[in-house]
Amino acid sequence: MITKMNHVSVFVLNQDSAYDFYVNKLGFKVNTDAAIGPGMRWLTVCPPEQPELEISLMAISEGMMFDSLAAQQMRELVQRGTFGFGVFECDDLIATYEELKAKGVEFTKTPTKEFYGFEALFKDDSGNWFSLGEKKS
Amino acid sequence: MKAPLSSYNYPRILVDFPCCNERAIVRGNQIKADIYIQMIERLPKIYLYRRLVQAKLFIDKNYHEAIDLNDIADEAYFSKFHFIRQFKNIYGKTPHQYLIKVRIENARLLLKKNIPVADVCYAVGFDSITSFSALFKKLTSCSPANYQQAELKRQNDMQQSPLKFIPACFAGEKEWLQKRNFQ
Repeated sequence: MITKMNHVSVFVLNQDSAYDFYVNKLGFKVNTDAAIGPGMRWLTVCPPEQPELEISLMAISEGMMFDSLAAQQMRELVQRGTFGFGVFECDDLIATYEELKAKGVEFTKTPTKEFYGFEALFKDDSGNWFSLGEKKS
Repeated sequence: MKAPLSSYNYPRILVDFPCCNERAIVRGNQIKADIYIQMIERLPKIYLYRRLVQAKLFIDKNYHEAIDLNDIADEAYFSKFHFIRQFKNIYGKTPHQYLIKVRIENARLLLKKNIPVADVCYAVGFDSITSFSALFKKLTSCSPANYQQAELKRQNDMQQSPLKFIPACFAGEKEWLQKRNFQ
């Protein structure tokens, strides 16, 4: 019986830049930052109130999970905003939107009341997009 | 107080107000302050949100200074009590509680860098090591010294045996286990 998810991967163009985005802009906490060989780094971050879920910021580079062609294709797809990797939650969407916007986060959808909830969409520094929703009371 | 969704109208974001003059009114006369608060409550909700967010960012940036609550209220152009109420509505903590949280979070980061506990205490804005240690333990269930010891050990393990920190499926992927000397 599966009990929980503890790791999820987000594919990024540059791990240093992704570190800055997820830690200094989104406010996530670094869980693991380990060099595992030349040019290979295992970097995971956690949402501030969810330390049990590690988001692995996976570099799209040849030799890790991709061959040369796959890495090139993946980079292009990520840059084009192909992938939506998940939904984040906050207590107050307007305040969170204003804060992240002030920090330079790019939103592709401002807070909008939808039939399923109150949500906005933003992109990370690579081009991956996420939904940001307000916790339902 | 959360803005009713119907009142959140984005084109109005561009509206700005002469808030410096408003702040002067509050400091000058309490009766005028009441008028000020009434006026504030008639402003677009987004404007209130922006000022509260600015106050939060002010704490994030200046946590290591001797921040007075009045300074933060000033930063947000609110009266002190109105500010506390509005801040807690959004962030679930009073500005003071939030300031403590930010200081402790930053203390954790410094402790991970092997900086002595006393230095960390003062670096994040506390005046007393005793109160710092007590608050740290209250929020993290661990003393600063024990936290630092455990984190340094974890970092050392991470350098010596990184594969312990990587899920087996990834650790076993292609070259990760080959030609490496970190196993």
